[in-house]
Formats: sequence, C-alpha cells, structure tokens
Amino acid sequence: MSARFDILGGGVCGLAMAAELASRGAEVTVTDPAGPPGDHACSWWAGGMLAPDCEGVSAEPEVVRQGRRAADWWEAQGARVAREGTIVVALRRDQGELATFARRAPGAVSLDRDGLAALEPQIADQFSAALFLPDEAHLAPRETLTALRARLARAGVTFQGALGGAREGQVIDCRGLAARDRLPDLRGVKGEMLVVRSPDVTLSRPVRLLHPRFPLYIVPRGDGIFMLGATQLESGERHRATLRSVMELMNAAYALHPAFGEAELLEIGVDARPAFPDNQPRLRRIGDRIYANGLFRHGFLLAPALARMSADLLLEGKTPEVWYEDHRER
Amino acid sequence: MPVFYGKDIPSRLMLGTAQYPSPAILAEAFRQSGAGIATVSLRREAGGERAGQAFWSLIEELGVAVLPNTAGCHSAREAVTTARMARELFETNWIKLEVIGHADTLQPDPFGLLEAAAQLCAEGFEVFPYCTEDLVLCERLVEAGCKVLMPWGAPIGTGLGLNNIYGLRSLRAHFPDIPLVVDAGLGLPSQAARAMELGYDAVLLNTAVARAGDPVAMARGFARAVEAGALAAKADPMDPRDMAAPSTPVLGKAFL
Repeated sequence: MSARFDILGGGVCGLAMAAELASRGAEVTVTDPAGPPGDHACSWWAGGMLAPDCEGVSAEPEVVRQGRRAADWWEAQGARVAREGTIVVALRRDQGELATFARRAPGAVSLDRDGLAALEPQIADQFSAALFLPDEAHLAPRETLTALRARLARAGVTFQGALGGAREGQVIDCRGLAARDRLPDLRGVKGEMLVVRSPDVTLSRPVRLLHPRFPLYIVPRGDGIFMLGATQLESGERHRATLRSVMELMNAAYALHPAFGEAELLEIGVDARPAFPDNQPRLRRIGDRIYANGLFRHGFLLAPALARMSADLLLEGKTPEVWYEDHRER
Repeated sequence: MPVFYGKDIPSRLMLGTAQYPSPAILAEAFRQSGAGIATVSLRREAGGERAGQAFWSLIEELGVAVLPNTAGCHSAREAVTTARMARELFETNWIKLEVIGHADTLQPDPFGLLEAAAQLCAEGFEVFPYCTEDLVLCERLVEAGCKVLMPWGAPIGTGLGLNNIYGLRSLRAHFPDIPLVVDAGLGLPSQAARAMELGYDAVLLNTAVARAGDPVAMARGFARAVEAGALAAKADPMDPRDMAAPSTPVLGKAFL
C-alpha cells in the first residue's frame, strides 16, 4: 500500500509538496478551503523569479544553494520556465550600489552600455553599466500554480475544500501565515506590488533597479504585462496598500524606463510573506504533524527544496541536513 | 557611559533596526555589539499599530532600551501624531524626533523640528531631536526642552562620516552638559571613533551595519571603535606637533 498524505494549503508550498510526493508514488490529498489558487494565496502575488544569485546578496548561502535547483524542478513539473537571466541596474548616482552588488553576487557579469543594449535595448539609453546574471530564470506564478494543480488532479491527487472525518494520511501543514497559531515564531512581512500593462515596453527578463531606499524589480509577463515589486515591511497586514508604497514603486519604474509613465495600472496587490526570524524556511515536526513554512520571499525558489526534503524524510527516512526541526517529545 | 533623561545606558553605541537581512541577524548584531539602545521606526518598517507586533516582540526580546522614532514624517504635525502613537505602543516617553525637510536627501527640516520638539516637550515627551550641526538650532532645541541633541554626521544612509568636524566640535564646546549623539551618516568604525574623540557621548547608526556584507562583524567593529574613541577622549590626547619645519637649528648638527 502506498503512503498517504494530507496536505493543508494549496499555495506554492502545498502544491510543490503534493507534486513531489505524488511523483514518488504517494497518495496525496490537498485541502484548501479557499479552493483553487487565487488572490488568497501569498504566492499568487509573487514575482516568480528563480534568482538565487541575486537573492544571495541579502539571503543566507543555503538559500542560494537550495535555490539553484529550482528552475529544473519547475520545468520537470511542466512549468514554462524562461531561462533568460536577470539584469541589475542602478541610477547614475547609485553606482556604489551596483559595485556592492557585483561584489556580493558571484557570477554577475558586468555589462557596458553596448552589452546591455544587446540584451535589453530599451533601457540601454538610461544606463551605461549593468550586471547580468545569466543562470537565473523566471516563471509566471499564477499560470504555474493553476497549471500545476490541474496536472496534479490529472495525476490522481485529490483536492478538497475541507478535511474529511477520518484522516489516514500523514498531515503536512503548508498553510503559510495561517499556521501562525501553531508556529509562534512565524511572522508576516508585508509586500505590495503592481501589475501594469505597458505595450510600449519590451523586456525579455527580470530587471532589478538597485536603490538605497526603494529597490524595485520588474518581471515581464508577456503581452505587454509587467509585474512591479515589491515592498518589504515588517507587518503582518495583508490588505491595505499605502499610497507611499505604490508611489515608490511607480517612481522607480518610471526611473527605469520613462515609458512606464504611460502604463495602465491593472492591479495593486498586497499580502504578507510568512517568515521565521532568520528568514529561512523550516520543516518542523510537532506532535504527529509536519509543518512546511517560512518561505518568505522565496516561495517559488525554495518550495521545491522543502518538498524534496519532506519526501526524503517521510518516504525514505532521510533526515534533512538543513531547515529541519524535530519538536516531538522525546 | 551616557545618561539620557536620567537613564543610564550601558553602551555608547545605538543601533537602528531597519534593513537587516533578517531579524535573527539583527538580534545577533545587537548581542555582539553590546548596543544599549535600539531605535525603531513606527511608520516605515511596519504598517503601524498591531500589525507589526511580531517584529516589535523580536525587538523587545533584545533586552535593550527602545527609542521609537518618527522616521518618514515630513511635517511637525505628522511627527507629533506619530510620537503619540509610539508612546502608546512602546510605553515610553522617549522619542527620537525626525522631521524630514527634503524627501530625497532626508535632510532634517529645522523649522518643523523645533515646532514639534516644543510641542512634544510640553506634552511630557523626552525628545531626542535628529538635527543638523547648526549651533543656533541646537540652542533653540535646548530652550524648547530637549536634554539630548543628535546632530547628523552626514545625510542618512550616505556613509560619508563626519562632514563638518568644526561644527560638531563647536556644539561640544557650547553644550558641555548636554549629551550629544552623532546620528546618521556614519559608514565606518573609524568615523565613529572620531566622533567619540571629539567628546561625543554616543553614536547612532543603522545602514553601515545592516547593509554590510556581514552585519554582525561590522557591529562588533563599531563597538570596538566606539570604545577606543571614548577611551582616547578620556585619556586627554596629545596635540599634534609639526616637526616638518624646524623652528631652531638642530643642536649638534655639526658633528654629523
């Protein structure tokens, strides 16, 4: 008889978990009262950048190490992964930021204006220098989550709105911030983002604008649609975007490319990322439950690693080397 | 060690709590540096009120005195409102008063600052004004009831160090009994040591530590520099001597 799992939460963490376990032959049920992936899930608002090198500038080395395998994993799930790398720029007076970033992101290739023009011709007028991280990738979170759910359903994973009466499987709690009642050290880190339509702008890959106070990234979604993100505030508040934040994002986008001034504003998104104090994820065993949480701003980057660790632990008895905590009574 | 509004502080290093890679690194930077005061921004780092509770709890666990600030306020009225919120949230009369006059450089607005300081002192707040090194402004702030002054070294986040040594020395000489803190603009421990050598009571910084590649190591570096500078100030340093141009013929030269 195959192993059975009850996964709580159908965001990026829960779906990645379901995909990994199901692909190894387990019988999986995903329970999410909110239904299919949508704006209730933090990952719905994600940038979808698989950018371990860029993240490594401020994140722990383990995030980089685990994140390097994310693009392959998502591709294996049938996701459309664009392997176009990342461009990093800074305004003229903030060139110091670019130098610091280059030092701290091994693998960053320095580009002059011509080099930038070859990759992103539309922003080469504004920037005489840039960095290129060729190994990075991006995907479209909403399309990816929706497609993955459909794929899992076809593969026999059960999706339901409420837990059944008699549970037989191992429960894996992937509810993100909703699991705060069980994980007291989990906190919310608020993020605000915009979705705009700007047919005049063409970008082939995520572009990060470094700024001492208002860093910005822009991710092209195709068809002239762009995601602009994201603020990072120490707050669990999930619903109110402030004018200040929206203005900062818009200002930065306008500085990156004046054509964004004519963009149509499609969405203002807000949510809070679930994070532990060191901003690294955890697989935590409490009683008979497993909690997978704390993906912070690295949902798509690290959910595959967390899923792999869970499957190794629960199906093969291999204790993960990192991010695993056993809180059971001994 | 400095005494602010009657409270003894065990360290001359004060640290801000923004921009760290994670709260865990922030906490370690505090532990390793022995910083005695943590400044927290009510407006900027958190959505305000209870939403940032998880983060406030982490700050409280540091076990240091909390100095809430009014960062991000652009008018006296806004700063006063924020200060009142901070008093309720953190149950302290202390407030680091920032009234920003210029959105890009974050240069203080001396006029709004003085207005807000007078109002807050009258309401029983213990005000730590973030100001420029302008002597007259500082005199007015003291008249308004401030018993600590926090002149900048350079604009916030620039890491340029002490831009006006003369002005900072002048403040020290004119306010021998008011605790003085260099706030903002420090990028390197040597700059913090210099502030201490000028006889300042403490330094307050954030970006230099939080945005260093290794914030914990940089926090330790600043702690040692502050200690070194304070020791030097206490030790009555020698004055520099100019030996490059001899004033009298060197005795015995004929024998060489």
